[in-house]
Amino acid sequence: MKIGVFICYCGENIGRTVDCAAVAKAAGEFPGVVCAVDYKYMCSDPGQNLIKNAIKEHKLDAVVVGSCSPHMHEKTFRKACSDSGLNPFLCDIANLREHCSWVHEDIPTATAKAIDLIRISVERVKRNVPLAPIMVPVTKKALVIGGGISGIQASLDIANAGFDVVLVEKQPSIGGHMSQLSETFPTLDCSQCILTPRMVEVYQHPKIKLMTYSEVENVEGFIGNFKVTIRKKARKIDETKCTGCGLCMQKCPIKKKAFNEFEESLAYRPAIYVPFPQAVPNIPVIDTSVCTYYQTGKCQMCVKVCGREAIKFDQEDSLVTEDVGAIIVATGYKLYTIDKKPDNSAIKGYGEYGYGKYKDVVDGLQFERIASASGPTSGEILRPSDNTVPKKIVFIQCVGSRDESKGFSYCSKICCMYTAKHAMLYKHKVHDGEAYVFYMDIRAGGKGYDEFVRRAIEEDHVKYIRGRVSRIYQENGKYIVKGEDTLAGMPITIDADMVVLATAMIAQPDSAKLAQKIGISYDKYGFYNEVHPKLRPVEVSTAGVFLAGACQAPKDIPESVAMASAAASKSLVLFGSDYLEREPTVAKVNDSTCAGCFYCQKVCAYNAIERKEIKDRQGNIVKIIAYVNSGLCQGCGTCNAVCPSKSVELIGFNDEQIYAQINALG
Amino acid sequence: MKVGYYPGCSLTGTGKEYDMSLRKVVSVLETELQEIKDWNCCGATSAHATSHLLAVALPARNLLLAKKQNLNEIVAPCAACYNRMVVSAHELETHPELEKQVTELLGESAKSNAEVINIIDFFRKIGKEKITANVKKEMKGIKAACYYGCLLVRPFDITQFDDAEQPTSMEEIIKATGAETVDWNFKTECCGGAHSIAHMEIVVDLSKKIIDNAKLHGADVIVVACPMCHSNLDMRQRAIKKEFPQHEEMPILYLSEFLGLAFGLKAKDLGLNLHMIDTKSLLEKAVAKG
Repeated sequence: MKIGVFICYCGENIGRTVDCAAVAKAAGEFPGVVCAVDYKYMCSDPGQNLIKNAIKEHKLDAVVVGSCSPHMHEKTFRKACSDSGLNPFLCDIANLREHCSWVHEDIPTATAKAIDLIRISVERVKRNVPLAPIMVPVTKKALVIGGGISGIQASLDIANAGFDVVLVEKQPSIGGHMSQLSETFPTLDCSQCILTPRMVEVYQHPKIKLMTYSEVENVEGFIGNFKVTIRKKARKIDETKCTGCGLCMQKCPIKKKAFNEFEESLAYRPAIYVPFPQAVPNIPVIDTSVCTYYQTGKCQMCVKVCGREAIKFDQEDSLVTEDVGAIIVATGYKLYTIDKKPDNSAIKGYGEYGYGKYKDVVDGLQFERIASASGPTSGEILRPSDNTVPKKIVFIQCVGSRDESKGFSYCSKICCMYTAKHAMLYKHKVHDGEAYVFYMDIRAGGKGYDEFVRRAIEEDHVKYIRGRVSRIYQENGKYIVKGEDTLAGMPITIDADMVVLATAMIAQPDSAKLAQKIGISYDKYGFYNEVHPKLRPVEVSTAGVFLAGACQAPKDIPESVAMASAAASKSLVLFGSDYLEREPTVAKVNDSTCAGCFYCQKVCAYNAIERKEIKDRQGNIVKIIAYVNSGLCQGCGTCNAVCPSKSVELIGFNDEQIYAQINALG
Repeated sequence: MKVGYYPGCSLTGTGKEYDMSLRKVVSVLETELQEIKDWNCCGATSAHATSHLLAVALPARNLLLAKKQNLNEIVAPCAACYNRMVVSAHELETHPELEKQVTELLGESAKSNAEVINIIDFFRKIGKEKITANVKKEMKGIKAACYYGCLLVRPFDITQFDDAEQPTSMEEIIKATGAETVDWNFKTECCGGAHSIAHMEIVVDLSKKIIDNAKLHGADVIVVACPMCHSNLDMRQRAIKKEFPQHEEMPILYLSEFLGLAFGLKAKDLGLNLHMIDTKSLLEKAVAKG
């Protein structure tokens, strides 16, 4: 065997404390080493050429480079080797910088250690075998979970780049919370007007398969090769026949039994319904929990009026599987509710605001509906209890956020802006009305944001009071709001007609369940964790899965859309090549010695251990053993360490290599 | 059932009727109160306004006495005493340094497993069924406003009262007698507390608001569980009347007095004659069961 050793000075980084020439000289004496040279900058072009020429000249079988950390230049030197026809995995790096020169001061000691490091590397590389990277095919199709503005944006970006998208939404229509909003800050443009064209675009896009009223049931596989099972909930409607004429909804006798979710319970809906008139798709669903037919077996009014025979009472849920290469999670948020909850709930509720018992104390989304032209009051500001115009209205910020005792200590980020918007919309519609805002701080960072809040204060004369509200109670038809004006240092009482709470954005209640299905880590509030908060903000620890929108943390529309486009472009990077190259240094199970205890499966952090059946010639199962999915394996070696029968080998780091390294020191 | 009893100063002075009625009611409910022998002041506002060590050590001495007298459960009917005792026990449990200092002062450790309970939890433990079984008067028409004040419910982490903002546990006891309770707004509002002495005008203002709100919601009586609340709401009604001549009197009853009334005990035995505001209107409403 012919081995070449190359010692780098790394300028003075190694050369200052290690006598590199002496190391090269000593290495030249090691058995198997046919050439040993030192050079100032081995990573430079002439340095690399030194390696390339030596490989050719001496017909080297393996190379050891004594240089900086392999994190830094392993790729560089392996590339130099493969350029000269040597398998890159026959090149080994001895870390003479981080592991030696940087941590020692005494030259003779450091030099002796450097010689040892080269010696063990030489012994190791003698046992290296040529390896080829694992090539993983990529399915060029994306799954987008959640059909709010983030999911819509991500789907359109990917589809417009020419790739297939499956968009799964659990509600009967896409649109998400944005479709409920009246007008949007800081420009006050109508939310529906900018959103609905995009919803239609999604529906009509040939590259997008839209699955509404559906939920992700199971996710298997790995980056580029996910297999997803989706539950298509029974609409009880034949989607191919329904024209969306709406006659069934008009004739449904259920009038006041079910709250309209889209109207945030400020109105009722029939048992057969579309969430809102602009719904996409415009195909109703039947709510079997209130439908007379499902309760008593009678009625069938919708069947009688449907000219298309589209009502299918016997329709069942169905499971659909899809192969996708990337997954974008855009599941959005929920709003905090002040209602009383069970003791173990993260949501502590607000007893001081009546635990939700006052009809005219509404939350942020309810006020959006009240202010919306398509809402239950057709955009007129009327209070829910008696449909009168509130002449005095109080907005309270930070309800449920920034307060550990209420369960959530984070800032919900969008409430300062949406409260300013609410107060402004109110003043634009009720000219003689008085609007008060209780705030802790105004956090209006963003383009045109602070100007927007100043406009509410200066042009629309909204009265901002810095302080918290300690109690709301009803007296003589008024809502008495007792709080503190901390700037004046005085308690303040306002007899309001209506109160709007800027309730915080919180994670979807079932966010943890979905995270566990896909393999996403999440914080204590249920928001999904990105891999790196600054440099990898849309990726999660499972490769091939990306985040978009408020499922990661509270954020507004512009931020959600930007994040969605980022997640889409990350997916497109993946779709840019037919195969993914993966390091071959993964674990491998010895079929003949594996006893199938699956201890490795328990410790694997990447779900890479699968079960494999070993059959005899007749096809009978002889035993079930562990099998490493090389697409998922990250080569961490934990399985290798715990295997009681030593049946797992970590390729490139096998026992023979490690023992040879240890022996080289003896 | 035998329960340790810490009356505190109020129940031997301004809140004497609280002590009288409680002892009577407890005997009807076949429970025995065993007063902690040689008990001392709980420290109340004065101690914790001046010295944290003293504020913890004073109730700690009472806890130590209870431990020595083998009392595993101590009822402290005064909300202030109760609050000081549970806070002291909590401090001893969570602050080892302070506990050491207190031990030095007392000669031995006051840490114990004894449970300090307030008057509402005391009756809850006895049980609604037992209360209902002993009712002798028709209470059905009486509308009571349950007033908790501040010291029972806070700090919530330590007292673990049913709800710091919208408590309902006293209502459950009142309803067990057959009486009605009103849903009102000021269950936990401040009565002015010790300001009664130095700044009476504050107490007049706050107490009037509480009484007015109870009245607004149709209450015939305000039921309290704290001698401080009682003295402010009962005693200061005269001052309220001086300032607001149209003020209508509202009887203020201790929870134990209300139960005593329902049990058919004599008004005088319950100490109802010691009130500043006449309770006759209420006595007339509660007639013997047919």
